[in-house]
Amino acid sequence: MTDLLIKLIPLFPLLAVILNGFLGRWYSHEVAHRLAWGSVGLSFLCTISVFADLLRTGASHEVIAYQWIFGGDLTINLAYLVDPLTCIMLLVVTGVGLLIHVYSVGYMSGESGFTRFFTYMNLFMVSMLLLVMGNNYAVLFIGWEGVGLCSYLLIGYYYDKVSAAKAASKAFVVNRIGDAGFLLAIFLIFVNFKTLDYATVFAQVGQLSPEMATAIALCLLVGAVGKSAQLPLYTWLPDAMEGPTPVSALIHAATMVTAGVYMIVRNHAIYDLSPTAMTIVGVIGGLTALFAATIGLVQTDIKRVLAYSTVSQLGYMFLGCGIGAYTAAMFHLMTHAFFKALLFLAAGSVIHALSGEQDVRKMGGLRSKIPWTYRLFLIGTVAIAGIPPLAGFWSKDEIQVHAFTHDHYVLYGMAAIGALLTSFYMFRLTYLTFYGTSRMDHHTEEHVHESPMVMVGPLMVLGVLSILGGLLGFPPEQGWLHQFLAPVSGAGGDHDVSTGLVLMLMMVATGIALLGWGLAHYFYSTNLSAPDRLAGQFQAGYRVLLNKYYVDELYDLLWVEPTKWFGRLFDWFDRTVIDGLVHAVAQLAGVVAIGSTWVEKHVIYGIINVVGYGNHLAARQWRQLQSGMVHHYAAIIVAGLFLLAVVIQLIMQL
Amino acid sequence: MIPLSAYVAVSAVLFITGLLGVLIRRNFIIVLMSVEIMLNAANINLIAFSHYLESMAGQLVALFIIAIAAGEAAIGLAIIIVVFRGKISTNVDEMNFLKW
Repeated sequence: MTDLLIKLIPLFPLLAVILNGFLGRWYSHEVAHRLAWGSVGLSFLCTISVFADLLRTGASHEVIAYQWIFGGDLTINLAYLVDPLTCIMLLVVTGVGLLIHVYSVGYMSGESGFTRFFTYMNLFMVSMLLLVMGNNYAVLFIGWEGVGLCSYLLIGYYYDKVSAAKAASKAFVVNRIGDAGFLLAIFLIFVNFKTLDYATVFAQVGQLSPEMATAIALCLLVGAVGKSAQLPLYTWLPDAMEGPTPVSALIHAATMVTAGVYMIVRNHAIYDLSPTAMTIVGVIGGLTALFAATIGLVQTDIKRVLAYSTVSQLGYMFLGCGIGAYTAAMFHLMTHAFFKALLFLAAGSVIHALSGEQDVRKMGGLRSKIPWTYRLFLIGTVAIAGIPPLAGFWSKDEIQVHAFTHDHYVLYGMAAIGALLTSFYMFRLTYLTFYGTSRMDHHTEEHVHESPMVMVGPLMVLGVLSILGGLLGFPPEQGWLHQFLAPVSGAGGDHDVSTGLVLMLMMVATGIALLGWGLAHYFYSTNLSAPDRLAGQFQAGYRVLLNKYYVDELYDLLWVEPTKWFGRLFDWFDRTVIDGLVHAVAQLAGVVAIGSTWVEKHVIYGIINVVGYGNHLAARQWRQLQSGMVHHYAAIIVAGLFLLAVVIQLIMQL
Repeated sequence: MIPLSAYVAVSAVLFITGLLGVLIRRNFIIVLMSVEIMLNAANINLIAFSHYLESMAGQLVALFIIAIAAGEAAIGLAIIIVVFRGKISTNVDEMNFLKW
């Protein structure tokens, strides 16, 4: 029964993709969106049932849906593995996915390409489910590429907008770099283990030499860095905000970008063998958390601030992985999915209310006009800032505590400063958007309206989850989530830590978050001229941050322009040398053709005619043989028989 | 006890007789009879060897041949009748209308 349900989970959205994709134009939008969120809802129900079964029996399931490739050493099945780790991912993906699908019905109403949007979204759900459910690297890779494709399609949803099309290609190309690393890792794993199944690989992982383990871990890390938008491959994620807001919430905040974290946690057996790789993961995570947070301080596009915040929070998850706090990383992944989806959807609601305005400099004073959106956005802000008892505090604090108690003081410092910045820029965003006086133009202001129930409803559910999500990991290190994930993420609480230290660190974290709030309050609520004055004082620094450290420009200079230059070089080479060769060959072929035509007419035809005429003459002679006389035929038969007997006799004697 | 070679010799004589009959005689009916003689020469051979090798297979084949010979005779006579209606003759040399 459970096996069947597991097989059904990715099947429902796939069915919706096929129906909406091929037949969508024949029926109305109402049917299309019901199919879309209905299928995800059914997947969610199946997931809950599978989850309940897992809770009851505690046994993970492996289901082979389809024997795909088999021959020689290689066997690859389309097989699913549902263990606690997968289960958490499934709940997040289908649960948050369902809420965002429902929200999209309201957000996307009236858009052209409504059915196309839901087709892509469901295709994304299929790929993401394959990614988290696969029991081997091949299925993981299919899902990995599938979500990349859907990300591309959905960023480029408004494909007639140049910036959207460019952002889509950028996301796709940058992800290719990561995918190349991931592929290398898969090849290395196959060379070493002769299989791609997780179970077999992790059972034999002890045979790896430390160097090989490091190599595999680093190649996997390249893939994870690309997909999860970490330094140095994070540049695509802020640009990905060109897509519709539900896409940003679902793909570029809650699910797809966490695939890298999932992959590292899944492969923690390999990472555990390589302290070098672990350190690199932690450092990349810490640097990214800090780096993206500083950029987030000065951005003015509401979605871009959230995008940099996502990059920064993903950095926290990587940091958690890097110090071995896998459960904490998964915990943060989950709470982050709740509150970041909430923030993005609430931001979408704001944008919806303002008829597409995304610049916070043209907002302000929205608190009373869209009260529900305001309250929910505030919940999200408090959650992400890390103020207890909301979800973000528990997960983020756990990573920090783990870093501190395991003597990673530098990483702890990065995380703590990052937390201060996070709190600051998130409250800055809230103040700019909802407080103060209105900076909207008159026309927009007249049309401000609260979003319909179909949009606010999912937000409320996410709001509740953002408030209560932290309870899953309470008390720290011994919560429900830790016990649930213990079989897959290895031992967690082996390190005895005094409760006093943990409490003190919690207080410090809370203090940091409140300090960030206080600073934001000072700058953006009580002393409104302070930000401009500060920007004036540190003009160079401000400009660097505003231009995102010129990283895009640097990459343009280092990679994009040389590549384009190479492209032009090859174009020139193609046009002059290759095309010249082709034309020369064509000329030569023309000359040869004339010559061979002559040869054919006079020589070949001559030979053929001679042969034909010879046959004609021979036939005239040979037809005498066919006399019609029965005697002749009988005599020839007897003669032939005799001849055959003689020949056989001769052969036998040899 | 008659040796195997005697049977084979009789069979050979009968076969040659039949063969010469087919090749030399002009009357279609006699040609047909000669074919029957050849078939029966083969039958003698088969039965002789069947006995010699103590295997029933040869006798079975001989039975088949007798059945086929009956069929062949029926068809052959039918062809003769059809041809005779056209040519008023059973001379084999006049029957050359299958040639080019």
